Amino acid sequence: MSFAIANPQSLDTATPAVLLEVRDVAKRFGAREVLKSISLNIAPGEFLTLLGESGSGKTTLLRLIAGFEQPTAGEIWMSGERLDALPPYKRRVNTVFQNYALFPHLSVRDNVAYGLRVKSTPASEIGGRVDHALRMVKMEEFADSRPSKLSGGQQQRVALARALVNRPQLLLLDEPLSALDANLRKQMQGELKTLQRELGITFLFVTHDQDEAMALSDRIALLRGGALEQVASGREIYAHPTTAYTAQFIGQTNLLRAEVRDGVAVCGALQWPAEGESGAAVFSLRPEAIQLASAGISIPGTVHFRAAMQQQFYSGASELLEVTCAGGQLLRVRVPAQGPLFGEHDFVFAAADAIRVQE
Amino acid sequence: MYSRAYKTIVSLPPLLWVGVFLLLPYALMFAHSFWAVRDGTVVHQWNLNNYHTLFSKPVYLEVLLRTMRIAASVTLCSLLLGYPLAYYLSFHSGARKELLYQLVIVPLWVSYLVRGYAWKTILGSEGVLNGFLQYLHLTHEPVSFLLYSPFAVVLMLTHIYTPFVFLPIYAALEHIPRPLVEASQDLGAGSAQTFLRVIFPLSIPGLVAGATFAFVLSLGDFLAPLLVGGASSTMISNVVQSLFGAALDWPLGAAISVCIVIVIISLLFLTERLEKRWSFK
Repeated sequence: MSFAIANPQSLDTATPAVLLEVRDVAKRFGAREVLKSISLNIAPGEFLTLLGESGSGKTTLLRLIAGFEQPTAGEIWMSGERLDALPPYKRRVNTVFQNYALFPHLSVRDNVAYGLRVKSTPASEIGGRVDHALRMVKMEEFADSRPSKLSGGQQQRVALARALVNRPQLLLLDEPLSALDANLRKQMQGELKTLQRELGITFLFVTHDQDEAMALSDRIALLRGGALEQVASGREIYAHPTTAYTAQFIGQTNLLRAEVRDGVAVCGALQWPAEGESGAAVFSLRPEAIQLASAGISIPGTVHFRAAMQQQFYSGASELLEVTCAGGQLLRVRVPAQGPLFGEHDFVFAAADAIRVQE
Repeated sequence: MYSRAYKTIVSLPPLLWVGVFLLLPYALMFAHSFWAVRDGTVVHQWNLNNYHTLFSKPVYLEVLLRTMRIAASVTLCSLLLGYPLAYYLSFHSGARKELLYQLVIVPLWVSYLVRGYAWKTILGSEGVLNGFLQYLHLTHEPVSFLLYSPFAVVLMLTHIYTPFVFLPIYAALEHIPRPLVEASQDLGAGSAQTFLRVIFPLSIPGLVAGATFAFVLSLGDFLAPLLVGGASSTMISNVVQSLFGAALDWPLGAAISVCIVIVIISLLFLTERLEKRWSFK
């Protein structure tokens, strides 16, 4: 585990500075309500990811911030300035588009210089800044190529350089890696993260890929049906999901529908101590929170149960087991690679790992 | 993949078509231009006299130049009308796009002749326009310069060929990925800069194609001068027509036709290079 990375949330509380503030923003397209009263703050230098399924409104929120759409209600502020009243070309925000949107009739160099030229930057300054931006993304040797001659990853780099050369306060990235194959994607994720840390520019990143969100972001804003489901760091969301949807969307989980009475949750043959109100409740229990146990040994605060093997999925360092316990409840268990298992086994989990979530 | 017999059967009809209706007529025309005419009949005697006549008598060159001038005016006018129309439709017409598109296309379904006669009715001394001008008391007697002038020819041809110019420009504009426009705005360009730096350059192939249509079709037109042009706006095709018709001088008519074909082919060659230069992907 690494403690070297500063936690932006603690930074956030120490310095109240907010770069971007989204206040009660709603967006309708005709009768369709795409965003329902979203409020979200982004701190300077933060890497924030908007995560959600297609249709969750994440791209719409990005387009509202970029200025390609107007909010139906609410306000967007950046550095103390009302942003949503400005046309896109007056916002100190730049975007990396999903399919890069490089200008096909311009060379790589002219693509990168575009933003500086339209703002009448002195010619003497343009050359140096463009070269610097191209060096930053390691594309200087392709400066005179046309975009159509470049691979997807190279186009991606040019799109980044074209946005960053303008020194935006906020960089919006709309699923920038979704068009790349898996290996290149991993590599570009690393480069993006490094670049962001070196430049200190605030990134607002849109993706539907939860692994990508976890790997890159300081904080994740999970959207569901146009509303924010949970906003927190990846670790926080994974460890303490507030809703059943979040628990399932970020990582794998077992959702246990239990009945809580007198501080005890009962779900089929399983029972564990639980706080909170009595009545029906849903608990999230991560597969890796459950382990194989030797029979008979009981430590306080743990829950023991016997379950029968159903399926076993091997994936290298670990394997995923599907087991059914006495009540017929199906559970997924992730254990270090064991070799084939058959029949009934004893399992254990810490009661504290069963997180009560909202339905 | 495919058998030889299949390939033969599939390619035979188009080859026959090209041979009988294109190559053969062109060859005949080419041959005629080197033959002579005696007492109203064509004699197969090879000579260059037709071309000599063509280049020594200034009237032919004059008509050819006038024709090109008229064609150039038509091209310019239909570009000035067609481009803004295509731009508006493609980028700013919103939900009315489909309706407006159909409205632009509808005149193409109306016979060329009908449209020609319509202009005659509008521009004539007893015509609609003169009646209107007198009704407004702008003039007291019919204005005669409207009909039977190069102006009338340019007006009528512009009306007829503007949809031909509109279509390829519209197609080119529709093909511009909208994220490019957003990227331009995102990088700080307003509407004017976005148009000049992104939209216009990417629409050049459509513009060149449309201009070529208007120019080439106008160049070969002979009905407009007949209907609304008068003697002052005789075009090269009228000369060819009268040589093949009343004058019965097919060889000279063929020689002029060969010249026109050469002009058009060079033009097409040029515009194709232009279109290639400005197309990407």
